[in-house]
Amino acid sequence: MLRYDTAEIGGPALNHPITTGANSLRSGPDSRGRFGEFGGRFVAETLMPLILEVEQAYRAARADPAFQPELDAYLKNYVGRPSPLWFARRLTEALGGAKIYFKREELNHTGAHKINSCMGQILLARRMGKTRIIAETGAGQHGVATATVCALFGLPCTVYMGAVDVARQAPNVFRMKLLGAEVVPVTSGAATLKDAMNEALRDWVANVRDTYYIIGTVAGPHPFPMMVRDFQSVIGDEAKAQLHEAEGRLPDVAVACIGGGSNAMGLFHPFLDDPSVRLIGVEAAGHGLDTNQHAASLSRGRPGVLHGNRTYLLQDENGQIQEAHSISAGLDYPGIGPEHSWLHEVGRVEYVGATDNEALEAFQLCTRTEGIIPALEPAHALAHIGKIAPGMGKDQIILMNLSGRGDKDIFTVAEALGVKL
Amino acid sequence: MSRIAARFAALKAEGRGALITFLEAWDPDAATSMAILRGMPAAGADLIEIGCAFTDPMADGPTVQLAGGRALAAGATLARTLAMVREFRREDDATPIVLMGYLNPILSYDPVRFCTDAAAAGVDGLIVVDLPTEEADLLVPPARARGIDVIRLVAPTTDDARLPLVLEGSSGFIYYVSITGITGTRTASGAELAAAIPRIRKATDLPIAVGFGVRSPAQAAEAARTADAAVVASALIDTLAGSLDDQGRARPDTVRLVLDQVRMLADGVREARK
Repeated sequence: MLRYDTAEIGGPALNHPITTGANSLRSGPDSRGRFGEFGGRFVAETLMPLILEVEQAYRAARADPAFQPELDAYLKNYVGRPSPLWFARRLTEALGGAKIYFKREELNHTGAHKINSCMGQILLARRMGKTRIIAETGAGQHGVATATVCALFGLPCTVYMGAVDVARQAPNVFRMKLLGAEVVPVTSGAATLKDAMNEALRDWVANVRDTYYIIGTVAGPHPFPMMVRDFQSVIGDEAKAQLHEAEGRLPDVAVACIGGGSNAMGLFHPFLDDPSVRLIGVEAAGHGLDTNQHAASLSRGRPGVLHGNRTYLLQDENGQIQEAHSISAGLDYPGIGPEHSWLHEVGRVEYVGATDNEALEAFQLCTRTEGIIPALEPAHALAHIGKIAPGMGKDQIILMNLSGRGDKDIFTVAEALGVKL
Repeated sequence: MSRIAARFAALKAEGRGALITFLEAWDPDAATSMAILRGMPAAGADLIEIGCAFTDPMADGPTVQLAGGRALAAGATLARTLAMVREFRREDDATPIVLMGYLNPILSYDPVRFCTDAAAAGVDGLIVVDLPTEEADLLVPPARARGIDVIRLVAPTTDDARLPLVLEGSSGFIYYVSITGITGTRTASGAELAAAIPRIRKATDLPIAVGFGVRSPAQAAEAARTADAAVVASALIDTLAGSLDDQGRARPDTVRLVLDQVRMLADGVREARK
């Protein structure tokens, strides 16, 4: 729990329980954008009116019977939804326990789940009359997805990317440029994802009237955590129906990797009110949770405010934000979406870690047994499945979000394995 | 009467606006920034803003970002910034001191304990960039209980419908962010200010300070005349940064160069009688 003395800090923010429907864990956030004590709108006044406008526009879109069918049509015919549910037979046999199913988000157009939210948000931006799009990106997957929808709708796009990530994700940088986006290398701070997000927020403050910021994860000021979750929940909704068709029941466990947490939130949210389903989020443990080289905000961080929301953060004793580390650029973020912080505190979702080396091993195992090269991000989820599946019954089911494909990571993996390409 | 209210009342009687100068605590080191802070009132600063470094200053341009980086490298913390203010108050009990920074270091310190310590040190106001009115209940009650003003920011995007909400319960002065943008970049034109300030004036009796993009004595004079105060930050930091050696260390003339510039700004503001 937050450790400050709340006796003097009045207002409903800290003292009232989350506004959930009768017994639902799915009805957050409250009117202030809070999930319990987490979330909110911690942005400069210059941005506040725009944040409120985005929220209003999003609610109006949701209320418009034309919006969801429009989005669904793009998701079906452009993104390629529904993504398949795949029974990973040989991986299941190799681990010798629970049946493992993959939700194949890596088969989406652009190769990851990121496009689900980009598609929803760009339709919203168009409704709002915005004429310019900006985004931040770490590994480049969200940047590519944003550049893609901008190309589709003919909108100019600027993507902020840490200079360190620009260097280690060269193929995605080139992909974004081919798609017509301007990629701005960010050299401030540590020149990675959090700094790219700072720079995107600075751009937004300066171009607040014509620009829409497509945030890539379930973080940022309200309404972004809610909105991105809603757009990503298509993952869990589909998987639930597909698994019902295949097995006639719910999974015993659902597992997803967590950086900011959008693929996990999208998988988990439709299962939050199914208490029989154990939900496990896997953070990047980097070189180990007990080193200072990881990205495990929930396991090793504490609550604070960054990038517009209150959530668990990696920070020092003075409240300065610390650098995260993960072999996976997409998990290399010192914060986490606020809804995850809440789910952590209420205990509905278990949050664990997988190290760089464990992810690398799982990456190879999946590739050899299933013929699927996963991204290093979901390889963290696979690594945890490797720890729990053998101990589970053969009639039990694990559902995993295979959130991205690994083509982008082959250079990183080759280097880690000591192979020269 | 608080130091902030007393200072603005005195300047009003004098018939001129205020010069608010900024320094980043511990930039580039404790002794240099303490010397600049000490020298500012005599050089003509009417109020002083002390920047509290944060690793992720999302509303700041490169100048203030780099200043924060130097300060953190030198060891800046909130506790050490409060110690600077305590030190300053031994010699100066009149010049208002406002701390400017981001929320997370305050949360980490603990808002209630921070307000207690800040008041004891002699801090008069707080400007927390990422704490909009909607979230202000985190800080306003403990600050007010200890006589500290939480200064509200008003932006060009704050429309007339929103203005009363932003100003509700405000105290000290109003900080008008004169451009849509980050610190140290663009400058608002005289016409933009002439249109914006009366709009805010209609909604509040508090003094209005103009910040973001005020650099030269002429601009400071114009802002102080149109509003009630001009805040100069990046231009002073640029002078400091330009005076450092190639290792980023202060040179013997660093303090003098910054204070000379404060004098020129003060001359500009003093000539711009209302």
